[in-house]
Amino acid sequence: MEELDGNVAAGMLSEVFALELTAARGRCDGCGNVAALGEARAYVDSPGLVVRCRSCDSVLLVLVRGDGRYWLGVQGLAWLELAAP
Amino acid sequence: MAGAAVLGRLTWRLAEVADVAEETPRTRTLVLGVEGWSGHRAGQHVDIRLTAEDGYQAERSYSIASGPDDDRLELTVERIDDGEVSPYLVDEVRGGDTFELRGPIGGYFAWSPGDGGPLLLVGGGSGVVPLRSMLRARPDDVPAKLIYSARTHEDVIYRDELSALGDDVLLTLTREQRDGVRAGRVDADLLRDAAFAPAEDPRVFVCGPTSFVESVASALVELGHAPERIRTERFGPTGR
Repeated sequence: MEELDGNVAAGMLSEVFALELTAARGRCDGCGNVAALGEARAYVDSPGLVVRCRSCDSVLLVLVRGDGRYWLGVQGLAWLELAAP
Repeated sequence: MAGAAVLGRLTWRLAEVADVAEETPRTRTLVLGVEGWSGHRAGQHVDIRLTAEDGYQAERSYSIASGPDDDRLELTVERIDDGEVSPYLVDEVRGGDTFELRGPIGGYFAWSPGDGGPLLLVGGGSGVVPLRSMLRARPDDVPAKLIYSARTHEDVIYRDELSALGDDVLLTLTREQRDGVRAGRVDADLLRDAAFAPAEDPRVFVCGPTSFVESVASALVELGHAPERIRTERFGPTGR
């Protein structure tokens, strides 16, 4: 599976979120690393989008689209810090 | 603040190919007309979606090559031999063809003149594409340096445009020895010699294949550049 980075997820994330998410900093709930989502590892050729921590490889975020709905998992993120418009 | 805008609903639009230009044997620039295009920030990308007759869809992201003030949207695409989208865009697409596109996309690997400089841009292979957009967006009073690693002279994208920038561009070839051109990889020594020093506090953008980005970003941090000033974009194992 081809590993890219979080930048590639920006289009799919924008289908669900009103604010730009790849520039947001997030804290990995696994190892505590804080980084922009754009820096994380990203996989887009699985059934959906999988974003993993660059430090410890924990899954930060999963987004799957299909059957007329989205499934979003953010269990691996302790928090996100987004720039307000 | 840059990058903090509320996004308009991103919709798929029809892009029509106005012109194509060969850059290298593996890369081509597509000049596109996109109805309702809203403009972009340098460094952003678009998603392209192709739909087969049986309904199968393939989506890929491509960096925007043109500057924000250019008249038309340009993408420079490198052929990935086993790719689902790039062989079509590089080898088959002709003027007048259409496909679906959405964008501009991305707020992380993006730069606007208001973000300030100096700009240190480090690109490997087709990673130079979004950096070229930044160079076009740069006002005269923002110092910039592009360090660009290509395999051979033949693989250098935007050759004429970049050579016209003189000392603002440092080219290094990793698989060819050529008179007057640097040879070898982008390493700490090269960055120390050629790049802005950490004390000049440059904004750094690194783009290219994953291993290239990892090694350049590590070398920059070793040299004392602040990690939060370094933004990266990885095109995968071979570039996209």
